[in-house]
Amino acid sequence: MIAFVGRRALQSIVVLAIVSFISFLIFQYIGDPVLTMAGQFATQAEQAQIREALGLDRPFYVQYAEFVGNALRGNLGVSYVARVPALGLILERLPASIELAVAAELLAVGLGVSLGSLAAAYPRSAFSKATLTGSLLGVSVPTFIVGIALILVFAVGLGWLPPFGRGEVVPVFGSWRTGFVTASGLQHLILPALTLGMFQLALLFRLTRGGVIEALQTDYVRTARAKGLGPVRVIVKHALRNVLIPVVTMIGLQFGQLIGFSLVTETIFQWPGAGNLLLQSIFESDFPVVASYIIIVALLVVGLNLLVDIAYAFLDPRIRYG
Amino acid sequence: MAGSTPASLTADAGGAREGLAPQISPALDAWRRFRRHRLAVASAIVLLVMALAVVLGPTLWPVSINDIDFGARLQGPSAAHPFGTDDLGQDLLARMLYGGRISLAVGLAAMVVSLVVGTLIGAIAGTARGSIDAGLMWLTDLFLSLPQLPLLLLIIYLFRDALKGLVGPEGGVFILVVAVIGGFRWMPVARLVRAQFLSLREKEFVEAARALGATTTRLVLRHILPNALGPVIVAGTINVADAIIAESTLSFLGLGFPPDIPTWGRLLFDAKDYLDIAPHWALIAGAAIFLAVLAINFIGDGLRDVLDPRRVM
Repeated sequence: MIAFVGRRALQSIVVLAIVSFISFLIFQYIGDPVLTMAGQFATQAEQAQIREALGLDRPFYVQYAEFVGNALRGNLGVSYVARVPALGLILERLPASIELAVAAELLAVGLGVSLGSLAAAYPRSAFSKATLTGSLLGVSVPTFIVGIALILVFAVGLGWLPPFGRGEVVPVFGSWRTGFVTASGLQHLILPALTLGMFQLALLFRLTRGGVIEALQTDYVRTARAKGLGPVRVIVKHALRNVLIPVVTMIGLQFGQLIGFSLVTETIFQWPGAGNLLLQSIFESDFPVVASYIIIVALLVVGLNLLVDIAYAFLDPRIRYG
Repeated sequence: MAGSTPASLTADAGGAREGLAPQISPALDAWRRFRRHRLAVASAIVLLVMALAVVLGPTLWPVSINDIDFGARLQGPSAAHPFGTDDLGQDLLARMLYGGRISLAVGLAAMVVSLVVGTLIGAIAGTARGSIDAGLMWLTDLFLSLPQLPLLLLIIYLFRDALKGLVGPEGGVFILVVAVIGGFRWMPVARLVRAQFLSLREKEFVEAARALGATTTRLVLRHILPNALGPVIVAGTINVADAIIAESTLSFLGLGFPPDIPTWGRLLFDAKDYLDIAPHWALIAGAAIFLAVLAINFIGDGLRDVLDPRRVM
């Protein structure tokens, strides 16, 4: 068990090292920050001065060693545009992205698992067939179409919910400001969260439905029924429980991708999150911010995957720790 | 897929009505089973119509995609402009037909890239086993755990100008988008092919061929690979849909094709600022992407039943 965790942890570290190297290459070799900062008409001397000020005139390996060393100490460079630490910029925006991803995940899990179980309980019903077809729609519609459609219907057409922004936020601690506790914050959250969670909702629905239908045909469910348990108890206590392992795995693996993919949703709803910042930074050639974003998101994704792997091994004793 | 689904021949009673079971070719058998999927058949027809429309359309509807007419800005559908016009008064039908070519071509080309790379890596891993297998699977896991979308955006942004200089704006972006999307979609294919290889290489017919003295190359190309293709084709279908979504997402974020090449995602990107005054614009572009992707996914579902009967989900 310890060897298994150790091996997985080592693998995660290698992934992070590779990602950090990619990030380093990105803002080392491509895109010229000097031109961006000095402008098209700067003299050679001015350009050299900026290059030296940014430390871009030293050899490659020195810069990479320094990059990794600084990264480990939480220093990911200074934004070329805002001239403040890039990591600070990211961390300032990250809470909004994480809140959005958490809300999307909650929505997807809550609706996906409950609707999936319901559809599995009555596999021949019209409800089951309609939701199954609906779930295929859910995996087929690109995120941005879901978002635009939701805005068209609920914001432009019906006027029930706000079309963009994060609403009112209140500080919780430090720089973390939440929209979870204000009415306007929650109203602003519904449409983006639904947009971001739609794909996973459909995926979890299909997974749960298939798993529960399969579980309902097993002997232990027949035994439970023979004992005289009601259908709700059979599904919730017996069938669903055995479906939870793949569901939990899927949630863990997909949550990291949710944060990565939230940038599309953030663009549509002008959500002030890290994804929006990334897009803006790409267009401004602000590579320290871009590199920081990639490293932070990779850290989140890899960390979550590791946790899921470990949790998976604990949850299912049949897993070989190989 | 010859020989991979012997059970289905006996299960398909429809073909064996008179006397002894007549010879049914695997292709005919596959077609019969596909035909039973009404949604898949309907989707195939829809997709065929869309493909024909974007290939032949520009000759049947010879309106320029760049004719600017400020007198007819943001008009809804009419006889002169069946799909309406955009903010510059350009005809949306012509733009949709032109952009559809690129959207569909990107989907197909990226699928080919992902299948070739995935099959190659999966086949090598499944044949070689040992440390090569472990290394390749590790690479696959690595790609799976990368934050895909941010990297995708970054790569496109960084190399767009370089490739534009080499092969022109349209071709350069096309190659880049296809390579990048395909390059991030091969992992499931590789895993699938490897799993197939590991199980097929133990089968009797492979052993028989090996006993007859067939070389490894011949074993792989003649005996294992053809039998592993069923699930790969299904995965390929899904990859077309994924690639179309990815291309339109890139265009939608402003990092796909340049503004003068109206792919469906680009049209939607331009339309999103006019949702309140010209909803038809976004609706038509969105509906096209949606319909194409949905049709492909339904076809994939149908093909899965035909080519890969063991998988449930």
